[in-house]
Amino acid sequence: MSQTTELPTLTKKDLTSDQEVRWCPGCGDYAILSTVQSVVPELGGPREDLVFVSGIGCSSRFPYYMDTYGVHSIHGRAPAIASGISASRPDLKVFVMTGDGDALSIGGNHLIHALRRNVNLTIVMFNNQIYGLTKGQYSPTSELGKITKSTPAGSVDHPFNPVSVALGAEASFVARSIDNERAHLSEVLRRAAEHEGTAFVEVYQNCNIFNDGAFDAVRGNKEQQIRLEHGEPIRFGADGERGVALAGTGELTLVDVAAVGEDALLVHDAHREDPGLAFMLSRLAHTPTGPTPIGIFREVSRPVYGQALQAQIDDAIARRGPGDLAELITGRDSWEV
Amino acid sequence: MTKTAEKVDTVTIRFAGDSGDGMQLTGTRFTSATAAIGNDLATLPDFPAEIRAPAGSLPGVSGFQLHFADHDILTPGDDPDVLVAMNPAALKANLGDLAPGATVILNADAFTSQNLKKARYAADPREDGSLEQVRVVEVPITTLTVGALEDVPDLNKKQKQRAKNMFALGLMSWMYSRPTAPTLEWLREKFASQPTVAEANIAAFEAGWNYGETTEVFDHRYEVAPAQLPSGRYRQITGNLALSYGLVAAADRAGLRLFLGGYPITPASDVLHELARHKSFGVQTFQAEDEIAGIGTALGASFAGQLGATVTSGPGIALKAETIGLAIAVELPLLVLNVQRGGPSTGLPTKTEQADLFQAVFGRNGEAPLPVIAAATPGDCFHTAIEGARLALRYRTPVIVLSDGYLANGAEPWRVPDVDDLPDLRDDAAFTTEPNGPDGEFLPFLRDEATLGRPWAVPGTPGLEHRIGGLEKAEGTGNISYDPDNHHRMTELRQAKVDRIADDIPPLEVDEGEGPGPRLLVLGWGSTYGPVAAAVRAARREGHAVAHAHLRHLNPFPANLGEVLARYDRVLVPEMNLGQLRTLLRARYLVDVQGYNRVRGLPFTTRELVEAIAAQLTDVDADR
Ligand code: SF4
Repeated sequence: MSQTTELPTLTKKDLTSDQEVRWCPGCGDYAILSTVQSVVPELGGPREDLVFVSGIGCSSRFPYYMDTYGVHSIHGRAPAIASGISASRPDLKVFVMTGDGDALSIGGNHLIHALRRNVNLTIVMFNNQIYGLTKGQYSPTSELGKITKSTPAGSVDHPFNPVSVALGAEASFVARSIDNERAHLSEVLRRAAEHEGTAFVEVYQNCNIFNDGAFDAVRGNKEQQIRLEHGEPIRFGADGERGVALAGTGELTLVDVAAVGEDALLVHDAHREDPGLAFMLSRLAHTPTGPTPIGIFREVSRPVYGQALQAQIDDAIARRGPGDLAELITGRDSWEV
Repeated sequence: MTKTAEKVDTVTIRFAGDSGDGMQLTGTRFTSATAAIGNDLATLPDFPAEIRAPAGSLPGVSGFQLHFADHDILTPGDDPDVLVAMNPAALKANLGDLAPGATVILNADAFTSQNLKKARYAADPREDGSLEQVRVVEVPITTLTVGALEDVPDLNKKQKQRAKNMFALGLMSWMYSRPTAPTLEWLREKFASQPTVAEANIAAFEAGWNYGETTEVFDHRYEVAPAQLPSGRYRQITGNLALSYGLVAAADRAGLRLFLGGYPITPASDVLHELARHKSFGVQTFQAEDEIAGIGTALGASFAGQLGATVTSGPGIALKAETIGLAIAVELPLLVLNVQRGGPSTGLPTKTEQADLFQAVFGRNGEAPLPVIAAATPGDCFHTAIEGARLALRYRTPVIVLSDGYLANGAEPWRVPDVDDLPDLRDDAAFTTEPNGPDGEFLPFLRDEATLGRPWAVPGTPGLEHRIGGLEKAEGTGNISYDPDNHHRMTELRQAKVDRIADDIPPLEVDEGEGPGPRLLVLGWGSTYGPVAAAVRAARREGHAVAHAHLRHLNPFPANLGEVLARYDRVLVPEMNLGQLRTLLRARYLVDVQGYNRVRGLPFTTRELVEAIAAQLTDVDADR
């Protein structure tokens, strides 16, 4: 769309809107906003080609703070609205900013269908395991037994593991990061944004008001972070003394590297066609209370919805020529009176 | 041809059989041949929601009625002159609609004790006197069909029997002197990849024709001369096809690409199917995961600079209501097409109704006004879709376009408009490309003074980056605003924008007929146009003075509507609902509007409306 021949280099400031940010002081959303504003200029596209779409919830205020095109839409519907933008305009770079309630509860259907279609979207899901904007009800990622205003006796809802959901929905790119791990989050977001198709990134985000410390087992606790690097043996711990291995039972286990030897470790392959191993990795920590994998679980190439749609149109025009309205409405069986 | 032909001016026939008997196809084919002759026509397909209800059962009966004439007609006809009944259930389900003296052609082979039982006949109706009022012609259609296909190889008996609908079509084509060439050509083309099937159908069709010619049961055939319609090029069209073409035409005339987000639903799916075929017009169709995503993608596409549209039926509109509200809040053009069906809930999926008017006008949270328009005839769906696009683009608003099951599947000859005569929508669709603020900034909610529409700045336009959303916006900047006075002002502005459309649409025209000034006005909207106009004609023939008007714009109403209503002693509004337009008119104009209301899933008959008109006239006279 844009005719710019020499791309002006965007800065973080160019992407910062004049709107006052209204998240609670100390909220993890600030760090994510700042990281996104730093990463997006690195992508190299012009500002006018950027669109941020969100649903409803704390995280969904995000587009107001970005000086780009943006839609703050309806609770849960951001993937649908963004799909219409992206499918009809493959030239744009479209982000969906969403939360765990928005994406996995009210909008779960739209999320999984966007993922299977592989529309060109970068979906960033802020997971704080709580409903923040409505003041603290349990969410579809809250742990069993969670005591909230709507579950005074503890939640009896089994939670989703968002990475498992995305992998089950045929997503071509699935990753996880943490709000305050700036370098890691930057790298994951950059790769997600560069991915062709739907990229899904779960970001552990601290809601210091209604669910403070929900991720403390891994957030700021590098020893518990199992950092997935494509092509590398999966190791973690203070000195990489622990690792992940495929047991004879066909399950993944956490092992002592010294005990099993480095060759026994599973080498991470994000490009595997089959999502089975990625899914098993996601199950290492159903809720992030112990060692938890972060990084890119899966990154494969699949036809992109908007491009495929456009290709059919191009093909039809190439074969039949551009449509002729008079011919269309007259049809083949007409008569003169 | 040896038998003589009697000239008649109008005929109504109905094909009825089991859902699996191919009655819709038979009717559609007869319609095409009738259109080719140049008769005026109107059709009423009537089929069950089940794809295949148990064979031979009453719920499984599928019918197709066609009214054709040598003059212009407005309805598919009240009662058939001829009923073709392929089995006992089809006879039982339709017999009550026949006037005394009508002809019934029965497939005698289907009247087995088993089929009679399935149709819940205690005794054979051919023998118990229940057919005394009609002229019965028994034809062993199945046997004759199988006999005619004796030489067709590679088909078993069951497959041969399946061609019996073509026998019926051939017989009726003979009876009403329809040309055979187009049907034969169509059969060859349709079954091009299955030459044996083509051969079988052609043989059955010809056998039916020859049966009419040779059997002594029929001593003559009928002819209906071409109708004198206004000159021009004509084609046959259904409402769903016209709606689809209207959308393609609107996008073309606006210089935009059409994006249709939809989800399968009866009776609207054909619009999705049709548009999916027109990729060479750049049309994008997106079959979404649900109704909500259907409209969500369409609204996203509108934001991105396409002509966004979504098509559904009543239950789908219920699901889309929240997104329609967002479209009202963000003030983007969007077309929402509702092919109405019987409700509430799943209701009557394949039957017609016009009970979604309240839903269209009011069915959202908050003060959420939008334009609502309705098509009058199958062909009018084309022009109504274009009018919807004009309003959506000019006023930057979602628009609800109402059709219904009767228009959707009903067919009529349609004068093909000259493309150059269609409205030019390019100015209305123009994107904003330059900042509009006093200090060189972009103000996405700074309105056009004439239309109150806001600028449409699409992603990819440098310098006009902006955010929109469902939270209340400050006038001008569009920033989130919780200011009480701003909300009141924005609410009034959104209402004023829709109200202004009243000055941008034609005043309501009234047909007063000839003779003394009528004291009764019959006012219709949507698909009742044909039956109401036919009833008014009939009432006038009986010497009554009746005025007739028809509303296309239901929100806002034409500016002169109040004054029109005040001119008459009585106003009658026939509607296929319990009085929705009547309620709106009473509330708005404080006029004691009368209703004639039926929700039978079928269009009104001319007869019942003539009676309703006569009853009103008696009342008016009594009041004198
Ligand atoms: S409620 Fe929680 S998630 Fe929402 S802004 Fe406050 S801290 Fe952040």
